[in-house]
Amino acid sequence: MAAEHQGVSEPASNDPRRRLRSVVADHSIIVCTGSGGVGKTTTAAVMALEGARAGRKAVVVTIDPAKRLADALGLEGLTNAPSEIDGDWPGSLSALMLDTKSTFDDLVRKHAESPDQAERILENRFYRNISGALSGTQEYMAMEKLYELHEDYDFDLIVVDTPPTRNALDFLDAPRRLTRFLDHRLYRILMAPTRGFVRAVNVAAQAFLRTVSKVVGGEVVEDAVTFFSAFDGMEQGFKDRADRVLELLGHDETAFLLVTAPRRDLIEEGTFFAERLGEADIEVRALIVNRVHPRFSSAAPAALRERSATLAGTDLGALYGNLADFAAIAETEERHLATLAEHVGSAPVVRVPFLSTDIHDLGGLELIGSHLFDPDSR
Amino acid sequence: MDPAQFFAASRVIIVAGKGGVGKTTVTAALARAAARTGLRTLVVEVEGKSGLPSLFGQPALEYDEIVLAPGGGPHGAADVVARTLTPDDALVEYLEDHGMTRISRRLVSSGALDMVSTAAPGIRDILILGKVKQLELGSDHDLIVLDAPAAGHAISFLRSARGLIDAVRVGPINAQAREVLDMLTDPARAQVILVTLPEETPVNELVDTAYSLEDEVGVSLGPVVVNGIYPEIPGLDVDPTEAARAAGATLRSGEAEALAAAARFRADRTALQAQQVARLAERLPLPQIVLPYCFTTDLGPDEVEHLAHAALGGIEALGADADTRTDRGAGT
Repeated sequence: MAAEHQGVSEPASNDPRRRLRSVVADHSIIVCTGSGGVGKTTTAAVMALEGARAGRKAVVVTIDPAKRLADALGLEGLTNAPSEIDGDWPGSLSALMLDTKSTFDDLVRKHAESPDQAERILENRFYRNISGALSGTQEYMAMEKLYELHEDYDFDLIVVDTPPTRNALDFLDAPRRLTRFLDHRLYRILMAPTRGFVRAVNVAAQAFLRTVSKVVGGEVVEDAVTFFSAFDGMEQGFKDRADRVLELLGHDETAFLLVTAPRRDLIEEGTFFAERLGEADIEVRALIVNRVHPRFSSAAPAALRERSATLAGTDLGALYGNLADFAAIAETEERHLATLAEHVGSAPVVRVPFLSTDIHDLGGLELIGSHLFDPDSR
Repeated sequence: MDPAQFFAASRVIIVAGKGGVGKTTVTAALARAAARTGLRTLVVEVEGKSGLPSLFGQPALEYDEIVLAPGGGPHGAADVVARTLTPDDALVEYLEDHGMTRISRRLVSSGALDMVSTAAPGIRDILILGKVKQLELGSDHDLIVLDAPAAGHAISFLRSARGLIDAVRVGPINAQAREVLDMLTDPARAQVILVTLPEETPVNELVDTAYSLEDEVGVSLGPVVVNGIYPEIPGLDVDPTEAARAAGATLRSGEAEALAAAARFRADRTALQAQQVARLAERLPLPQIVLPYCFTTDLGPDEVEHLAHAALGGIEALGADADTRTDRGAGT
C-alpha cells in the first residue's frame, strides 16, 4: 500500500526508508517535533526501538503518552528516571515519562547554594505555580531532561518527544524563558525591597505592587516577592545551563524530525513548523507522515467517479464510488504533502499508512518500524 | 429532538476535544446548524490561529467580529459571526468597564499581565471565559459556540474558575471567577459538547475528559459528537467480477483487485469504527451525534454545509429524552 508504492523504481540508496535508518544511525540525539495528534509520541518510541534493534543503548523521553502505550513501555505511574524495557534486541531500550514538576525540582536543588535555599523555593506557592504552569515549562523541562540524560547517563541514542504546541520553537525558546522571566524588570522591582541601597527609589515600585495587588490580591504578590528573594543568586547557574542545553540542540549529533499527518490543517501547521525551524537554522533531517490513506488504483478520482455515476444503482457503481472516495483522498493528501515536502529540502519523506488498529504494544511499534525503515537494509 | 429546541437549551456551547479530532470543524458545523434554526450565532476562537475562518473561506479572525457565513436562504437562517479573544484585550476591557482604565494600561504596558498570570495560573483563562460570560449576558447573540483549547488544556481552561476562587481571594479576578463558575455550572447557560474520532485513543481520552469535567468543573455535558464516520455504501460486499457481470460491464486488468481491496479496507475500518462507537456508548452514557467522514483534506464551505446538515439530522434523531441530558450525565 502506501509504504510500498514509494521508491519502487528508485535505486535502493535513495529509498527514503533506508535514508531514515541512516539518519537514526548517524545521530545520538533525535528530537521529534510536530503538532498535537499526529503520532509524535509513537514515532519517538519507534525511533528508540530502532536504535535498540541496531545494538545501541537507547532511551526515549515521552510526554503524556496514551495510557496503553505507556503501559506497553512499562511506564505505569510516574517514572521520571529511565527504566529499561525487556525485549529481544541486541541493544537496550529505556523509556521515561517526563514529570515536569520533579524535573524542575531537581534543577532547583542542583543550583541552590544550600539545601535550605532549595527548600525555601520548593515550598513557595509562586514556585509551585510556575513549575506547573509557566507557559513553556513543559518544553523547558523536556530539553532539561534531554541534557541530563546526555550528561549523566551513558546512552548513545536519546530520543525526545516534544509537547504539543502551536509554536514550533517553544522548546528551543523554553530554556531561555525562565532566565528571561528572571530578567524581567518586574523581577527587579520585586527584588528591590530586599536591597537596601535602592529602597529610596522604590516608591514607584511599591505603588505598582499595590496596583497589581488590587487586581490579583495581595497574597499572590507576597508569594512572588518571597520567591524572588529565595531565588536570588541562582540565576547565573540557570542561565549557564540554558546556554549549554541550546548548544546541545544545535550540535551536529542532534537531528530534528518533523512528524505530521496529511490533513490540510496538520500540513499547514507542519509547514509553519518547518519554516520556523528553518529560520532558526535547524535542518529537518526527515519528514514522517503518519496516517496516509492507501492508494488502491492509479486511475484519476474524477474518472472513477464518472464511472460510478454511469453505473449508478448497480453494485459495481457502489464499488467504483468507494474506490473514487479513496482515490480522491489519496490525491489531495499527496498534493498537500508536496507543499510541505518543499520545505524540508532533500530530507527523506517517509509515509506510514493509515493503520487499522491503535498502536499500544511493542508489536505495534515494530509494525510501524517496518513501514518507517527498510527491513532489508540493516 | 427539534434542533431549534436543542440549540436554545443553553446560551453557550463549549466544543472540546483532543487535538486532531476535528474540533474546529465540528465547531463550524454546529454553528452553521444553529444559524439554520434562526439563531444569531457567534463563534469564539481562543487559541489564536485556527482553521476556522478558512472553513468558511474567510481570512483570519480578529478581536472584532466578522461574518463567517451570512444568513438568509429559504429557511431564514441567521448569520454566523466570529471573533477571537485574547486575555490582554479581555483584561483591558474588563478593567475599563469597571473604572480602572489607568490600572489596565499600566498592567499591559509593563508586561505585568505575564507576571501576574504566571503567579496565579488560570488568570488568562478566566479573562477569556469572563469575556464569554459578558457576551452571553448581552443580547447581540442568541448562541455562542466556543472552540475550546485542545483536550487536557480544556480541563484546566474550564477548571480555572474554581482554582482562582481559592487562589485569589479578593478583587476583580475573584469576582470574575465566581461569575464564570456560575455560568459554567448552570445547564441553562452553558454546556460542553465533546468531540472524538471513532478510534481507540481518542475515545479513551474523551471518556476521561468527560468525567473530569463533570467532577472537577460541574459543567453540564451535552451529546458527544463522533466525527469522521465512514458513510455507509450498500453493495460493497459483492465480488467486483460478479458485480461487473451483473451490470453488463467489463473491468480493466487489475481493476477487480483494486475495487475489492478498497471495499475490504472500508469494511474493515467501518467495523472498527462501529466497535469504538459501541465502546464509547458503553463507557459514557451520553447521547451521540455522528458526523460523516469527508473524503477530502480540503474542508471548505461545502463540507461545513454538509456536516451542518448531518448535525441537524443527528440532533433530530436524538429523541425527546435528550433534553433531560443534564440528569443523565457521565457521573452516573
